[in-house]
Amino acid sequence: MGEVPGQVRDAAVPDDTPRTASRPPRRDLPVRPSPDQIMAWLDAVPDPEIPVISVVDLGIVRGIRWQGDTLEVSVTPTYSGCPATRVISMDIETALRDRGLQDVRITTQIAPPWTTDWLSEKGRARLQDYGIAPPSPAGGPDRCPHCSSDNVTRISQYGSTPCKAQWRCADCLEPFDYFKCI
Amino acid sequence: MATPASSTAAQLDEALFTFLLRMGDNTLVLGHRVSEWCGHAPVLEEDIALANTALDLIGQTQMWLGLAADVEGQGRSADDLAMLRDVWDFRNLLLVEQPNGDFGQTIMRQYLFDQFHLLLLRALQDSADDRIAGIAAKAVKEVGYHVERSAETVIGLGDGTEESHGRMQAALDWLSPYVGEMFVSDEIDAEMATRGIVPDPASLRAPYDAALAEVLAKATLSRHEGDFAHQGGKTGFRHSEHLGHMLTQMQWLQRAYPGAAW
Ligand SMILES: [Zn+2]
Repeated sequence: MGEVPGQVRDAAVPDDTPRTASRPPRRDLPVRPSPDQIMAWLDAVPDPEIPVISVVDLGIVRGIRWQGDTLEVSVTPTYSGCPATRVISMDIETALRDRGLQDVRITTQIAPPWTTDWLSEKGRARLQDYGIAPPSPAGGPDRCPHCSSDNVTRISQYGSTPCKAQWRCADCLEPFDYFKCI
Repeated sequence: MATPASSTAAQLDEALFTFLLRMGDNTLVLGHRVSEWCGHAPVLEEDIALANTALDLIGQTQMWLGLAADVEGQGRSADDLAMLRDVWDFRNLLLVEQPNGDFGQTIMRQYLFDQFHLLLLRALQDSADDRIAGIAAKAVKEVGYHVERSAETVIGLGDGTEESHGRMQAALDWLSPYVGEMFVSDEIDAEMATRGIVPDPASLRAPYDAALAEVLAKATLSRHEGDFAHQGGKTGFRHSEHLGHMLTQMQWLQRAYPGAAW
């Protein structure tokens, strides 16, 4: 119970205000959104570094469950030192609060380790459209994301973010990013 | 030993804590060393590659030192362990604290460590401690990528020009005496091995030597025979003078402005 500013209470008078009155009645929760609904909301949260794909496309949302009134979302990092991980957790929390879920806890889950096998089909297609070759078990891109030529060579095993490598197309001569396969 | 569980429960698991410091200090110190190249590498692609390698290593450090802090249970964080310990409390190998030297020396140091790191992490995936197995399973993917690149670069530069070959051979000669410490087993390793948490490091020596021989042969480099090994890093008994200098750079902000955060 907050004190009203400027009000002086008389200490001699016993305070018999019913304490329970200060506590708002417990609000019945509306129907809890289904896991599918929550995943659909999260599918609108973009990856901060590759905004054409969502955090769900990336395969890093590993589980959602209710712990009492708290929604627990477990997120797995892509690379252990990826600086985007913290931003992603904040973005997820903000998105769920915007949908009216006030009590959200983000937990980090490292096992089993993230793999590019968890990228969604939608995500892979969007990467390609965006000019990033999607991961391939062969260890390199199948084709140039710009002109579809398979005449491609590696420039470097690393790129502008931990998840990418740099390649070049020998036909259209454009460099492009390749999403590393791990 | 028949010590009642209740009397040991509150005690620090010293061997486990030390092992975790060794893991986290190796990745922290090497990660910092490699990050010193940021903005200075010979070409942009190498600059980016080194920075990404450093980033992976620092990320792994957060997991190892984070677990070390949990095991210690004294309220210290991974950051506290990294930024507020003094040189004698570090438990990293002497190899990883050696200065960068030229690009060849940096790459040779990286390869010599990566090959060991990969074998160790592969074994740790089967650790009896699930937390350790989980971190190892995460890190091994990144380290597999590191060793692919460092081995390829050692081969490219070793079997390159007269100049690059000479520099790589000099780097190998300089760093070889730091290899042996990785495989020395002490009482901490013995206890961890008995508990099924960590492999005996000596057991990694044969596969390491085999992998190294293959890469060095392709790189046309030769390793001197001899078992001499500088020691004192993983025990903390005697670090080289380089680590203290490195810590003055790495820790200065937390030392100058304790508790600074952003
Ligand atoms: Zn092309």
